[in-house]
Amino acid sequence: MKKLLVLLLLAVVGYSLITAMMGVKFGENRLGDPQDEKTVSAYYLNNTTQKLSVSNVITAIVVNYRGLDTLGEVSVLFLASLGLGSILYRKHKEGEEEVAILKPSSQLLQAGSKLIFPAILMLGAYVFIHGHLTPGGGFQGGAIIATGFLLMMMAYQDYRVSHSVLVWVESLAGITFAGIGMWGLLLGNTFLENFLPIGTLNNLFSGGIIPIIYIAVGFKVAAELTGVLDTLLNIKDKH
Amino acid sequence: MDLDYNQIMSIGVYGSAIGLILIGLYAVLIKKHLTKIVIGLSIIDAGIHLLFIAIGYIKGGTAPIFSPAGEKIVANGGVMVDPVPQALVLTAIVIGFAVTAVALSLVIRLYRHHQTARIDQIKSLKW
Amino acid sequence: MMFEAIVIIILAVILLAAAVYAVMQKDLLYAVIATGVISLILSVFFFIMQAPDVALTEAAIGIALTTIVFIITIRNTSRREDEVPMDHEPDRNENDN
Repeated sequence: MKKLLVLLLLAVVGYSLITAMMGVKFGENRLGDPQDEKTVSAYYLNNTTQKLSVSNVITAIVVNYRGLDTLGEVSVLFLASLGLGSILYRKHKEGEEEVAILKPSSQLLQAGSKLIFPAILMLGAYVFIHGHLTPGGGFQGGAIIATGFLLMMMAYQDYRVSHSVLVWVESLAGITFAGIGMWGLLLGNTFLENFLPIGTLNNLFSGGIIPIIYIAVGFKVAAELTGVLDTLLNIKDKH
Repeated sequence: MDLDYNQIMSIGVYGSAIGLILIGLYAVLIKKHLTKIVIGLSIIDAGIHLLFIAIGYIKGGTAPIFSPAGEKIVANGGVMVDPVPQALVLTAIVIGFAVTAVALSLVIRLYRHHQTARIDQIKSLKW
Repeated sequence: MMFEAIVIIILAVILLAAAVYAVMQKDLLYAVIATGVISLILSVFFFIMQAPDVALTEAAIGIALTTIVFIITIRNTSRREDEVPMDHEPDRNENDN
C-alpha cells in the first residue's frame, strides 16, 4: 500500500519534471546576443575580462560578483565541521581502552603514500593558486589537499593532524577573507570591492583581490575538510 | 531511427537527471536503513546538479574561460556556455558534502544509542 | 557530434543502472561504491557539457571524500541493510561491551 502511494507520488513528480523540461530545449542559446546584455550571464561574460582582468568567468562570479555568497558558504562549511565534532563528542570513560580497529596497512600503501603525498599537496596548491586562470580554484584545491591528508591517515594509523594548527589556519584564512572585504568598505566602496591594480589578462598576478581571496578559501576549505575527516576517522567506539 | 542530435542529447541528459532524482526520492521514501536514506539524498543531489548544468549548456559552446584559446574562439564568432549555473553548482557540491557528513554523523550517534540504524526498529522516543 | 551523443547515451545507461543498484543492493558497502560510480560518470558528463570547474569539484569531493565518509559510517554502524539487531534493551551505561 505504502509502495503504491510512493510510486504514485513518483509518477506525479516525474510527469511534472518532464513537462517542465519539455519547454527547455537542450543546447539552446538562452543568453541572447552578448552585445546587448539582456541577461546577467551576458553581462558577466562581457565585462570580466575588461573590468576584473580574470580569465575564468566562474571564478569571477564565485569570488567577486557573488563574493558574499562564498563567505556565507565557507561559514556553512565551518558550522558543519563544528557540528560534526559536537555530535560525535564522547566522554572518555574510566578504564576504557582504546582498541585499534583497523589492521595495519600494507607496506606498499605506506611507501606509496609517502611518495605521492607531497605531489598531491602541490597539485592542490597549483589548482587554487591558478584559480583565476585555469579551471579550478579554492574549493577544488582544498578538496584535493584534504584527499592527500586522507591518504596519509589511511596509510599510517598513528598519523595525526594537529587540531590547533587546523584551527589557526582556518581562522587566519577566514580573517583574511573578511578583512579584505572590510578593507573595500573602509575605502568607501562596497564590501569585497577590488582595491588592488588588476594587471593584465592571463598573468599570474592579475585580477586584484580575487587570487588572494581564492587562496584564503583554499586554505580554509582544506583545513575544514581535513578536520571533518580527522574527526570521523578517530571515532572511539566498541568493535 | 530519425532522432537528431538534439533529441538524443536531451533524452540522455535530461532523462538521466530526472531518473536520478526519482530513484533518490524512491530510496528516501521506501528504504528503512538510515545510511540508505542518506545515499538516496546524495543521489537526488547529483541529479539536481546535472539538471542545472544541462540547462546552462549551449550547443557548440566552450567553457567560459578566456584563455588565449577561448578568446580566439569567441573572436571567431563562437559562444560560451552560461557561467551562472556552473558557479551555483560549484558551491552546491561543497555544501552537499557538508550536509552529507553531518547527516552521517547523526546516523552514527543514533546507532550508538539504539544499536540499530533501521528506523522501524528504533522504538523509544527519547535518546 | 554524433560520437558525443553515443557516448552520452552509453554513460546515461550506466549511470541509471548504478543508481538502481545503489538503491536496491542490501550490502551497503557495495551500494556506496555504486554512488562513487555515479559521481565518476557525472564528472564525465560535466566535462562533456563544458563545465571543467564543476567536473574537478565533483571528482575531488564526490568520488573521494563522500565515499570515504560513507565507508566510515558503515564501519561504525551495520553493514547489511536488513540486519536484525542484538536482542537486548540498549542501555547508555552498557553499550561498550
